[in-house]
Amino acid sequence: MADVTDKTEARTSGPRESGMNSFNLAGAGRLLARQGILVAFAVFMIGFTLANERFLDPDNIMGVIRSSAILGVMALGVTFVVISGNLDLSVGSMMSFATIVVLDLHDKIGPALAIPGMYAMVLCLGAFIGFLVGYLKLNSLIVTLGMLSAIHGLTLTYSGGKNMDIADKEGTWFSVFGQSDVLGIPVPILLFALVASVLGILLAKTPFGRKVYAVGGNGTAATFSGIRRARVVFTCYLLSAFCVATAGLLQASRSLGSQNTVGQGLELEVLAAVILGGASLLGGSGTIFKTVIGVLILGFIQNGLLLVGLQFYAQYVVTWIIIILAVWLDIAAKRGKLWSPIA
Amino acid sequence: MEPGTLSTFLKRGAIWGFIVLQLVFFSIAGKYLSLSDTAFMDLDNMLLLLKQSAPIGIIAVGMTVIMINGNIDLSVGAIFALAAVVMLDSMTWPVFAGLGDWVIPVAWALALLTGIVLGAINGLIVWKTGVDAFIVTLGAMLGYRGLVFMYNGEQPTSHLNWTLVDFAEAQFLGLPTAAWFLLGTVAVVWFIMNRTVHGRNAYAIGDNREAAVNAGIRVGPHFLMNFMLIGFLAALSAVVFYSESGSVNPNDGQLYELWAITAVVLGGTKLTGGSGSIISTLGGVIAIQLLRKGLGHIGADTETVNLVIGLILIAVLFLDRQLNLKGKQELRV
Repeated sequence: MADVTDKTEARTSGPRESGMNSFNLAGAGRLLARQGILVAFAVFMIGFTLANERFLDPDNIMGVIRSSAILGVMALGVTFVVISGNLDLSVGSMMSFATIVVLDLHDKIGPALAIPGMYAMVLCLGAFIGFLVGYLKLNSLIVTLGMLSAIHGLTLTYSGGKNMDIADKEGTWFSVFGQSDVLGIPVPILLFALVASVLGILLAKTPFGRKVYAVGGNGTAATFSGIRRARVVFTCYLLSAFCVATAGLLQASRSLGSQNTVGQGLELEVLAAVILGGASLLGGSGTIFKTVIGVLILGFIQNGLLLVGLQFYAQYVVTWIIIILAVWLDIAAKRGKLWSPIA
Repeated sequence: MEPGTLSTFLKRGAIWGFIVLQLVFFSIAGKYLSLSDTAFMDLDNMLLLLKQSAPIGIIAVGMTVIMINGNIDLSVGAIFALAAVVMLDSMTWPVFAGLGDWVIPVAWALALLTGIVLGAINGLIVWKTGVDAFIVTLGAMLGYRGLVFMYNGEQPTSHLNWTLVDFAEAQFLGLPTAAWFLLGTVAVVWFIMNRTVHGRNAYAIGDNREAAVNAGIRVGPHFLMNFMLIGFLAALSAVVFYSESGSVNPNDGQLYELWAITAVVLGGTKLTGGSGSIISTLGGVIAIQLLRKGLGHIGADTETVNLVIGLILIAVLFLDRQLNLKGKQELRV
C-alpha cells in the first residue's frame, strides 16, 4: 500500500516540481496573450496619440464613442447569443426594420406610442428566432441567415421600398435619443453605457448569466444539471432583439429619416467586434466588458487611421489583420503552440 | 428495395421536385395573374434564367466544396468585386496597350490569378493558424472589400471592350456564354469531387476530421486547395458577369456569400461537412432564380422575394432535420 502511495506521490509531485518554473513562464505568456486585446488597444492608443495629438482630444474621443454606440449596443446583445453558443446574422436587417418601423409609426401614432410599438414588433422577431433556434434546435447560422433575408423583405414590404422620413423634423422631441446631450455627454453614449452596465451585471452576477455560460460551454452538461437550455437560448435572442431595437431607435433618432438598407452589413461588423473582444464562436466565453473594448477598438482604429492620414477604407484592411491576429494569439495561448497542429 | 432508399431518394431529389413544383405553379398562376402574354415556360425565358443564375451559381459550386470540407467562406463577395476591378482596370494599363484584343485573355488571367491568390491567403491562414474558417473569412470579407475601395475609391471602375461584350452576349449551340461557364464549372467540379483522390479526401475530412488524420490524410493542403478553388471560381464568376456589363461598383458582390450559402443549403449540403452534392447545388441555384423570376412573373412585389426565400430556407432546415431525426438516437432535452 505504502509503496503505491509513494509512487503516486512521486508521480504527482515530480512533474509539478519541475513544471513550476515553465508554468510560470507559460502563464505569463498566456496572461499576456489572454489580455492581448487590451495590450493591443493600449499600443494603438499610444501610437495614434504620438502620431497626432488631436487623437486624445476629449471632443474626438467623445465623437468616436458616440459613433460607435449604435454598433456597440447591437454587439452587446450578440455577445449573449455568441456566449450561448449560437450566432445571430440577422441583427443588421433587423436594425433596418426597427429604424423604418419607428420612423413610420412616429408620424402615424406619435413618438410616445411608436417607440413601445417598435420594441414590441422587434421583440416578436427575436422571439421567433429564439423559438426556432432554442426550442426547435435548428442551426442558428442558417436560421439567422434566412431571417436576414426574410426581415429585409419584410422591411421592404412594410415601407414599399421607399425611404422613410419624419414629416416635421424640427418640432419633434424624438430626436432626443440620438442628438442631444446630458451633462455634456451625448445621449447615445449614456444609453450605450446604461445598456452595457445592465447587461454586464446580468451576465456576470446573476444565475441567468451563469446559465448562459453553461449552455454555451457544454450544452449537454448544462441540460443534465437541470438548466432549461431552450429557454436560455430563447432569452438570449430576446435580449439581442431588445438591443437591436435600441440601436434602431438611436439610428432613427439621429437621422430622423432612413433608407431600407441602413443596417445592411452591420451583422458582420458586430460579429467582428464581439470576436475582437475575445468571445469564442464555439460559445462559453466572452464578457460584456471585452465586447465594449472590441467595439471601441474598431471605432478608435477607424478614427486613428483617418487622423494619421490614411484613407478611410484602410481601416477595413487593418481590422482584418487585427481580427485574425487577436483570435490567433488567443488560440495559440490556449494550445501552447503558435502554429496550428493541422497537418 | 432497401428500407430508407425511398427517403434517401426523396431527399436527394427534393430540390428538383421543388423546381418542378415551382414551374407548374408559376405557369398556372401566370396564366391568370401575369401581365405579359408570354408563357412562363418559354424557352427564351428559361435560357435567360440559366444565364442569370451563372454568377451566384459558379460561386455556389465552390461554396459546396468548401462546406463539404467542413469550412465556410464569407469573403467570396469581396473576391468577386476585387477580381472584377482587376479585370476591367488591367485592360486599360499602358503596359498592355500594344496587345489589341489579346488584352482580354491577359486581363482574364490576371483576374483569375487575383482570385486564386486571395483564396490561397485564406487557406493558408486557416491551415497554419488553426483559426476557424468562419472568422478568417469574416475578417477577409472586410479586408478584401477594403482593398476594393482602396483601389479606386468609391468610383465605379468601367471599361467597355466591344469584342468582349460580343463574346459574353453570344450564344453557342443555343446556350448563352454565361450558361456554358456555369455548366462547365459544375461538370469540372463534379468530376473533382467524385472521381479524384482530392474529392474523396475532402468528403472524408468534412465527415470526420480526426478519422481522416488517422487515416493519413493531410488536412491542410486540402483546405488550401479548396480555398484556392473557391477563390478561382469567385473570380471566374466576376469574369463572366463583368465581361458583359463592363462596369463594377466597389459595393458589388455584397451579400453574394449569403446567397451562395442559401443555394448550397437548399441543395441539401450539410453545414457540418462531409455530405453534399454539386448537382443539387445547381438545383438550389436554379430554384432561387426561378423563385425570383416567378414571383416577378405573377406580379408579386420584388420585395417579397427576400421574405419568401428566407422562410423557405428555414422551412427546408426544419424539414431536413425532421427527416434526419427518424431512427436516430437523440438526447431528449
